[in-house]
Amino acid sequence: MNNNDLVSAVTKAVVRASSQPNLNRRSFLKLSGITGGGFLLASVLPMRLVAAEDLGSLVGSVELNTFIQVSSEGEITIYSSNPEMGQGIKTALPMIIAEEMGAKWEDVRVLQSPVDERFGLQGAGGSTTIPRSFDLMRQMGASAREMFIGAASTAMELPKDELKAHESAVSHTSGRSLTFGQLAALAVKQPVPDPSTLVFKDREDYTIIGTSISGVDNLVITTGLALFGIDTRVPDMLYGAYHKCPAIGGKIVSANIDEIKKLPGVKDAFLVKGNDNVRELLDGVAIIGTSTWAVFNAKQKLKVEWDESGASKDSWTDLVARAKALQNTRGDELIDESGSVDREFSDAENQTLTAFYEYPFVSHFCLEPMNCTAYYKAGTIGEKDTLELWIPTQFPAGAYRVTKPMYGLEQEQVTIHQMRLGGSFGRRISNEYVCEAIEMSRRAGAPVKHTWTREDNIHHDFFRVGGFQSVKGALSSKGKLVAFEDHFIGMTNDGKPVSGSRFRETEFPMLNVENVRATKTMFEIGTPCGPWRAPGANTTAFVIQSFIHELALAAGRDHLEFLLEIMGEPRWFDEGNIRSLNTGRAVDVIKLAAEKAGWGRKMPEGRGLGLAFHFSHAAHIAEVAEVSVDADKKLTVHNVTVAVDIGPIINMSGATSQVEGAVIDGLSTMAAQKITMENGRIQQSNFHDYKILRMPSSPRVDIHFIQSDYAPTGIGEPALPPLAPAVGNAIFAATGHRVRRMPLSEEGYTV
Amino acid sequence: MTRYQLKVNGENRELDVDSQMPLLWALRDVLGLVGTKYGCGIAQCGACTVHVNGTPTRSCLVRVSDISGQSVRTIEGLAQGTDLHPLQQAWIDLGVPQCGYCQAGQIMSAAALLEEKPTPTDADIDAAMAGNYCRCGTYNRIRKAIHSAATYFNAATPPSSVSPKEDVA
Repeated sequence: MNNNDLVSAVTKAVVRASSQPNLNRRSFLKLSGITGGGFLLASVLPMRLVAAEDLGSLVGSVELNTFIQVSSEGEITIYSSNPEMGQGIKTALPMIIAEEMGAKWEDVRVLQSPVDERFGLQGAGGSTTIPRSFDLMRQMGASAREMFIGAASTAMELPKDELKAHESAVSHTSGRSLTFGQLAALAVKQPVPDPSTLVFKDREDYTIIGTSISGVDNLVITTGLALFGIDTRVPDMLYGAYHKCPAIGGKIVSANIDEIKKLPGVKDAFLVKGNDNVRELLDGVAIIGTSTWAVFNAKQKLKVEWDESGASKDSWTDLVARAKALQNTRGDELIDESGSVDREFSDAENQTLTAFYEYPFVSHFCLEPMNCTAYYKAGTIGEKDTLELWIPTQFPAGAYRVTKPMYGLEQEQVTIHQMRLGGSFGRRISNEYVCEAIEMSRRAGAPVKHTWTREDNIHHDFFRVGGFQSVKGALSSKGKLVAFEDHFIGMTNDGKPVSGSRFRETEFPMLNVENVRATKTMFEIGTPCGPWRAPGANTTAFVIQSFIHELALAAGRDHLEFLLEIMGEPRWFDEGNIRSLNTGRAVDVIKLAAEKAGWGRKMPEGRGLGLAFHFSHAAHIAEVAEVSVDADKKLTVHNVTVAVDIGPIINMSGATSQVEGAVIDGLSTMAAQKITMENGRIQQSNFHDYKILRMPSSPRVDIHFIQSDYAPTGIGEPALPPLAPAVGNAIFAATGHRVRRMPLSEEGYTV
Repeated sequence: MTRYQLKVNGENRELDVDSQMPLLWALRDVLGLVGTKYGCGIAQCGACTVHVNGTPTRSCLVRVSDISGQSVRTIEGLAQGTDLHPLQQAWIDLGVPQCGYCQAGQIMSAAALLEEKPTPTDADIDAAMAGNYCRCGTYNRIRKAIHSAATYFNAATPPSSVSPKEDVA
């Protein structure tokens, strides 16, 4: 079979096969056996090719048209409106709709929705999609269900309250039943229920939510069909690359354009003057050619003269020296204070402990590089210009922020396709790779797929900010934590704290300890920073949860018992606010993780358990790492036990994936990742000098969910922050050496 | 530009490309086989793994001109007709992918491993897969899926009668 036939055969079966509800199902090895219904793989086609009328009759009116369509054959199409970057939302949101609707998951196919205001906010970030969309998805599903019941009531001449929707059908207690397919045409004519009248299913009646469902794109992914932004292919497409000053903010003076234009496959090369906005368009050299290789190859041969008078001069060495000079001092600016820390620190009865922690800048290194395909079409006489964009981005409509002010295009002149993201972790929320693509397409008069080299991705990231914290604690004679102080040393860009460079007044243990003070000192830097998986939490958890362990040891107490004492009585500091710490939930996950990990058991020489808890992104999570360290400081993380309370789980497979991934990502980051800069230049360039964790170092991850009755919240980020302190504390337990600096490679460890 | 012959997924293909062009870009940009991914360009991440004469190879460094006349298999050619390769099936069954970008390379490395060692141990898997990065951290599921696929791979009986091997990782 040639490739086209395979693609065609696979596409016919992909949606059904990838929506099998049972992950252990083994019976559909032969795709030919399950093809049947002539499914259309719309998710890999440009959306404009999939007109609504091709998808069968529509259910409902305006509200229902938005997310759900059902054909007379019973095929249920659910739009997933938010970008998929590996967090599993393209599967989780449709599961919620299907559950409330009474659909059978096998009948559901999922399409990535167009970018359109009627879908509400189409974004992904901050682990907020589930908490933000849960009720809306339930509403969409329940609304459809009521319309089917209404249609069945008319058709069967039976009262609605005797009818029930399940397994893609409406049935009566007498056994009479009509399928959604049979009812579709009639359901369309039903009035759309008032959302306030909708009743949602009880949790114990769930048949889809809480089960394990394989990602809806998994067949497409495993067979290599086009899916990601970088896979975009448009007729007559050219390829682009863009070269910027290695020190952020350098201005273009000249480049060897004539030489570059003569290189194989190069169609054009030109200088671009930017608008000095790092998130939009910086000065650079654009190269357009007939293949990605042609433009990458030409990029390596560029000789560019930059004016660096206004460029970043940042130096990591300098930042470290400045921060170290501030050890054991108080910051210029008060974040919050309560009680009397000074009284406790000066009390001769108390034991005082100080420590200085350091964490580096790190890169996102999404495996799919930044890319965007743009087709800027100049209008002929009497017609307006149009722009079509294919963007892997966390906020597809974000591109409108540049298309109007920079290119004068109204929204109706711009079509945006949201493409699957090959990882993001907070990286893809800016527009610079979009603007660069538009510049090239506009010049070429043709569609251009613009791709960043790996080196571009590392040099021009919006980094996880590095920083320092000087911490101090006072222990009473009874070994109780009576005062806590944090001097947070962070960074600003243009005078504003960068993403994650913030110590909140509600940060643990600020609300739990009677006498607390937090102050800050901020360093202005030119290196651009941005959100990186669990911003702020991913570094502050390391500091606080390691220091709590230090304090427990100084007090001569068991870490678990000491941590639980600080957590105190069950209370929700800001009742009703899911972003506020609930100590009852915290205690429950801490106890569960400790119990499952066998906390307190005797460990052999060179092996230890480390505990940490962190609350972020509305998630209460505790982790226990089991670590051994050999004589050469080779570290083995054998196992990480994780206890999580994020309320009810939507997709068990997806949720465990996120926790497994966050633990491994956390270890990878802690092990050896570090971005440094000197004279404004990022000193790392590719995976040879920026190492990430490989399979042999991957720990076992043992996950336990407490499915409490609180509203469900997201799990893309919050399992990462507790990992570093858990491992650091385990290293201490194994060796007696305290890790106060990341990455571990700087402390002589290998993982 | 020079003409080169390659056998790609069983089909003879003629490629009119620069002698320096890596196989990766010939596959993606010239032949339109975009399943093979670009990650680093320096053979560190494994996202571009394909088989050249059955050997797992980083297509970002091998030039088309180096392998003219030889046989290349990509992720698009892994299924037999419409029958998925057991690895592809196991990846779906166990929900391995997160973002999914590295997974074609992972599967191609794993497929070469199973050809050589039909019943790999954890250590065999770690050694064979150490060249493939996963940014999302799906390593544990990958290991489990390879064990799971190996049971199919070796099964004399039809797959449906094979009981799933649980907890192999």
